[in-house]
Amino acid sequence: MSAFEAAVGHERDLPDRRDMAEYVAGGLVSKRIIVGYGFWIFLLSDIVMFSAFFATYAVLVDATAGGPSGRDLFNLRNVAIETACLLLSSFTCGLASIGARTYRGSLFYGAMAATCILGAAFLFIEIHEFADMVAHGAGPTRSAFLSAFFTLVGCHGLHVTAGLLWLLTMMAQVFAKGYRADIRRRVLCFSLFWHTLDIIWVAIFTVVYLMGVEQ
Amino acid sequence: MLGKLTWAAIPFDQPIPLVAAALVGVVIIGVLAWITLKGWLPYLWREWITSVDHKRIGVMYILLAMVMLLRGFVDAIMMRSQQALAFHSGGYLPPEHYDQIFSAHGTLMILFVAMPFMIGLMNLVMPLQLGVRDVAFPTLNSVSLWLTATGALLVNISLVVGEFARTGWLPFPPLSEIAYSPGVGVDYYLWSLQISGVGTLLTGVNFVTTVLKIHAPGMTYMRMPVFCWTTLATNLMIVAAFPILTATLAMLLLDRYLGFHFFTNEAGGNVMMFMNLIWAWGHPEVYILVLPAFGVFSEVVSTLSGKPLFGYRSMVMATMAICLLSFTVWLHHFFTMGAGADVNAIFGITSAIIAVPTGVKIFNWLFTMYGGRIDYSTPILWSIGFMVTFVIGGVTGVLLAVPPADFVLHESLFQVAHFHNVIIGGVLFGAFAGYTFWFPKAFGFRLHEGLGKAAFWCWFVGFYLAFMPLYVVGLMGMTRRMQHYDVAAWHPWLLIAAGGAAIILVGIILQIAQLAVSIRRREELRDVTGDPWNGRSLEWATPSPPPDFNFAVLPRVEGRDAYWTIKQRARQQGRLSEEPRYTDIEMPRNSPTGFICAFFATFMGFALIWHIWWMVAVAALGAYATFVVFAWRDRVEYVIPADEVARIDRANRSARGAALVHMQATP
Repeated sequence: MSAFEAAVGHERDLPDRRDMAEYVAGGLVSKRIIVGYGFWIFLLSDIVMFSAFFATYAVLVDATAGGPSGRDLFNLRNVAIETACLLLSSFTCGLASIGARTYRGSLFYGAMAATCILGAAFLFIEIHEFADMVAHGAGPTRSAFLSAFFTLVGCHGLHVTAGLLWLLTMMAQVFAKGYRADIRRRVLCFSLFWHTLDIIWVAIFTVVYLMGVEQ
Repeated sequence: MLGKLTWAAIPFDQPIPLVAAALVGVVIIGVLAWITLKGWLPYLWREWITSVDHKRIGVMYILLAMVMLLRGFVDAIMMRSQQALAFHSGGYLPPEHYDQIFSAHGTLMILFVAMPFMIGLMNLVMPLQLGVRDVAFPTLNSVSLWLTATGALLVNISLVVGEFARTGWLPFPPLSEIAYSPGVGVDYYLWSLQISGVGTLLTGVNFVTTVLKIHAPGMTYMRMPVFCWTTLATNLMIVAAFPILTATLAMLLLDRYLGFHFFTNEAGGNVMMFMNLIWAWGHPEVYILVLPAFGVFSEVVSTLSGKPLFGYRSMVMATMAICLLSFTVWLHHFFTMGAGADVNAIFGITSAIIAVPTGVKIFNWLFTMYGGRIDYSTPILWSIGFMVTFVIGGVTGVLLAVPPADFVLHESLFQVAHFHNVIIGGVLFGAFAGYTFWFPKAFGFRLHEGLGKAAFWCWFVGFYLAFMPLYVVGLMGMTRRMQHYDVAAWHPWLLIAAGGAAIILVGIILQIAQLAVSIRRREELRDVTGDPWNGRSLEWATPSPPPDFNFAVLPRVEGRDAYWTIKQRARQQGRLSEEPRYTDIEMPRNSPTGFICAFFATFMGFALIWHIWWMVAVAALGAYATFVVFAWRDRVEYVIPADEVARIDRANRSARGAALVHMQATP
């Protein structure tokens, strides 16, 4: 199988040969396309939800109620490590989806495990940052600014947590069932989800942390 | 152990909710007992509760909507009678109860009547019109249905256990904050909307994918019936607007549960941000409701006038224009916020502009009827009633879109009259038109015409009597949500309005009678052809009710009004098209996933409302386990053999053949 086919991965995802006649004549779309498309629509809705939190954050960023502002709280070194973890995990996640498409177990499991570790490292740093802030009296109940901060960043963190749960479930599924067409579709959706979390993180990194320290 | 839940949560001192709840309980237990005794439970479980068939899911959505309509209407009758009696007196409803009633009425009518009714119609009809066998994600569809049902159940549980919100159908802070609403009412509201909102969002994802990606061969976008276009527009709006609702309600929940400061008065919270966010969802929401109704009217008017829809392209453009513009007008809900003249002027102008595509649609329907041979049966009566009523509602809406006028009329009964004018006249009339129009498709027999017409006239007259007086008292200065009042000039108008509500009640009773009579006389009302209205789109090419797979062979579409073209060709050639070669059909297997998810979601919602944390954890684990078990299935489809397909389709073809002979005989 050529690298191109591996990347596009269309060949195997057609319905069985029996349905080919209808598939071609009917102009019906393959399940892989439908599932991927539907999942994209869902991800767009997720992005809309995040945009509501971003807008809220932008409105409340100066409402510190006499408490600390981003400038007093944010530690760019930690955030840089977080960002590196997450961006790297997106790369390993890509490797995992190539592994799933080419049925290379070592690549798939290895890359998924790496993604999991990087994601967990990201979460660890984030939870550490949150705990630190709460310990210094800068918890979400301190001011509207901090409410918005914890909600926006925490919502992303919750997504990463859910992603890790999903990731482990997918590894277990591939282990138990092999590279069935429907399972590979789920791996595709998982990788779309994981990359989207990256996109949102880039926005958080910029809007919350970089602009927050600038103020 | 049970969090905040104690015996004190049950209102033993208030007879009205207790008696109502006891009645509902008796009815539910009675129905369940009857079903069990008759031995229908396994059938219901196998064929309905676990069904992933879009037609059955559609029917269940509509059933949910109709039951909730009765509940919401009881609230309406109570409000109208309270205001009729509460001149110089306290009436019969204490304020805290009255406040719960108007909050529950709005919440139920918008989110658990209008929404499920429209989603039900889309479910039932859209895949048939596209000429396909199911929606993109059939099991997800079932999950959506049952999560919506969970939301409705939680709202109704609040009738007996605890209380419902007293904050109106949108819980405006700071009133809805824990400091001013310490009870569980607002929590009931928030969690039932969060859970059913997930269901609605999944429907949006599902239907957008279906309309954009799954078509019969030849069914290009510009050949889709307008109902499919409005379905697309509605679901695009769901996908773009419902996440805002989820985020907004999540923020209010965080304020209430964890002491955050999004919308509080202190620590920098911003109350007006809630108004902006909630209406950024809320205004698209009203178009989410009314666009499918516009689709229904397009189908009904064109079919019952025997003409193709006038201005199809402009109809599509108008639909998509509304879809976009609906996101640009939200601020007109709070011109009085004090954003300044510039901002108000811009939103006033966009609000006036959105009336233009709606006007285009009204003219298109009128021109479709012009010169047509109109079959004045019930669905078109609802459509004509809609056109008259909706134009009045639209005009008062444009009036309210003028900021200076809005400053006078804001939160008055004029505004209440306006939105009932568009929602009853637009959405509900559309729902009833669609219900009558597609009932034979869903069940194989028509609804009784005489009773249907009588119900229409009661609703129509009752609506005008109930709501035109509210415009008047609104202009006289009566604000909304008043539990009692002392102004003598308002009293006669509110008496008339109560009379109107009574006439609507007669209409509802006639509708129930219509359903009962139609079921009794189903043999004489039987639709043997599958095409009772001389239809134009592909749903009428299937038998009534359609088989599980809808189409034995996917139809080949060569233009708009696809089934009309097929009929014309058969008529010209004097025979049906060649019998196709039948093949096995694979269909998705039924799955209890949706029902089980909703089961856990109900417990989770209830536990969150009452702070029963262990139950939250157990239910969350259960929901996750359900997903994993579902994902572990090995067989997801079953095969309907070609012989069976052939047998079912030959029966359909012979009915069409007989209809063709009949048509040939009567030119």
